[in-house]
Amino acid sequence: MHAIEFKNVSFRYEEEQPYVLRNVSFQVEAGEWLAIIGHNGSGKSTIAKLMNGLLFPTEGEIIINGIPLNEENIWEIRRQVGMVFQNPDNQFVGTTVRDDVAFGLENRGVPRAEMMDRITSSLEQVRMQDYLLHEPYRLSGGQKQRVAIAGVLAISPSVIILDEATAMLDPLGRKEILDTVHRVQEAQQLGLITITHDLNEVMQAHRVLVMNDGEIWTTTVPRELVKRQTELQQIGLDVPFVTQLAHALERQGITLDEQPIDHEELLDALWTLHSNK
Amino acid sequence: MNNLLIVGQYVPTNSIVHRMDPRIKMLIIFFYVIFIFFANNIVSYALFTVFAVGGTLLTKVPWRFIAKGLTPVWFLIVFTFILHLFVTKEGTVLVNVFGLPIYSGALEQGAVISLRFFLLILLTSLLTLTTTPIEITDGVEALLGPLRRFKFPVHELALMMSISLRFIPTLLQETEKISNAQASRGVDFRTGPFRERVRAVIPLLVPLFVSAFKRAEELAMAMEARGYRGGEGRTKLRELQVMKRDVAALVIFIIVVAAALITRDYS
Repeated sequence: MHAIEFKNVSFRYEEEQPYVLRNVSFQVEAGEWLAIIGHNGSGKSTIAKLMNGLLFPTEGEIIINGIPLNEENIWEIRRQVGMVFQNPDNQFVGTTVRDDVAFGLENRGVPRAEMMDRITSSLEQVRMQDYLLHEPYRLSGGQKQRVAIAGVLAISPSVIILDEATAMLDPLGRKEILDTVHRVQEAQQLGLITITHDLNEVMQAHRVLVMNDGEIWTTTVPRELVKRQTELQQIGLDVPFVTQLAHALERQGITLDEQPIDHEELLDALWTLHSNK
Repeated sequence: MNNLLIVGQYVPTNSIVHRMDPRIKMLIIFFYVIFIFFANNIVSYALFTVFAVGGTLLTKVPWRFIAKGLTPVWFLIVFTFILHLFVTKEGTVLVNVFGLPIYSGALEQGAVISLRFFLLILLTSLLTLTTTPIEITDGVEALLGPLRRFKFPVHELALMMSISLRFIPTLLQETEKISNAQASRGVDFRTGPFRERVRAVIPLLVPLFVSAFKRAEELAMAMEARGYRGGEGRTKLRELQVMKRDVAALVIFIIVVAAALITRDYS
């Protein structure tokens, strides 16, 4: 059983309109981190909304933990699939951190006594327990997103989707969010799907799915993906600096053993370069 | 900036009045406003005055905050008094001011009406001084609860109120941002004739509305994704509880009202 399975899913907003997604099939396992990347309008955010029943596929089938997604079991699906959106301000419902984390629990009729425990433990997981009674305007964007993640964790989902959840944050906030979800995902063996247009953010993922014009362009691992620099640029994605540098070195006749995916690997490759010869 | 963003005039002193159940506070104020109109002699007015002033003292809110809350109505209170002085023609003539006779009945009537007015404003302002907006929202939701039977959307109303409260600081920040952006493009909000300044607000309001609608749409989606489906089967984190202090306040209030009703003139 897959955590999420898309079977030949196509989607268009209205009849006669062009398809936003065409024949998309993929699976995500429990404990796996899948990054979905693509330029604006490639259909990546539509995939996110389909997984949560915010939209329904025009054709094809979506199966979440063995349950086919339809209008009847949509609330059960939403309990299993937690979602964090792009704008930190526009998903903060409560007047304080505590109230916001409680929102999802209240919606599901969780008894009050249990709510308090779940709020505390999920805020601890994102390290926001010291901000229990803070109002949203006293929090930074990154802190608000961590609260949003806590709100999702509180309902103990089996899959978390980050729909461009780091796009509006500064580099530090971005790293903070990705580290936080990665840690929680590994600890609880959750399925994690991060949707982004920034190649830098897919490097830690287990697998990458590249979307282009509503179709799956390729599914691969990050290390293989960055080898295809020119192709990536052709479909409108910015190649990370490390990759660009590695390619530039190659053109100068310096070949690294393995395609580095972050600064550290590049550094290691460079200082061990000589001893390999 | 924090000062600017604090909504309402809540003064956190954590007094016994602050810790009271908002429902009880609102009930007391509601019935106070009704029953003060039954007072018609010194004793009954004294009782209501003692209750309001005593309540104010218990809040431990510094007088200047209370005075600040009353500022806009001082004028009305004084105006009512003066109006009564010249219009009411009862009792004996006391003095002549610029040829207009002032009657003793007018002095009495004016003082009574002004006092009643003052007490009403004082007690109602205590609610916002000692209760956070979100507590008021919870209280309103609980008090309107019975209306649910008549399909009145109580829960939705309360949620709307709390979301508005949550977004006030956000929209204020945004207004400031847009106003700076427009000012840097040459829009002048501060000088020029009134009509021009009103017109200058348009480039502020349009982007503000556009973004507010966008926010609303995204928020609705986020709420749905988090399993929101109306008030049915929903539990609440913030729970209101009637404590001993609430019962005590209620009992004191009932005694005051009863005593006032007994001592008032029935002739």
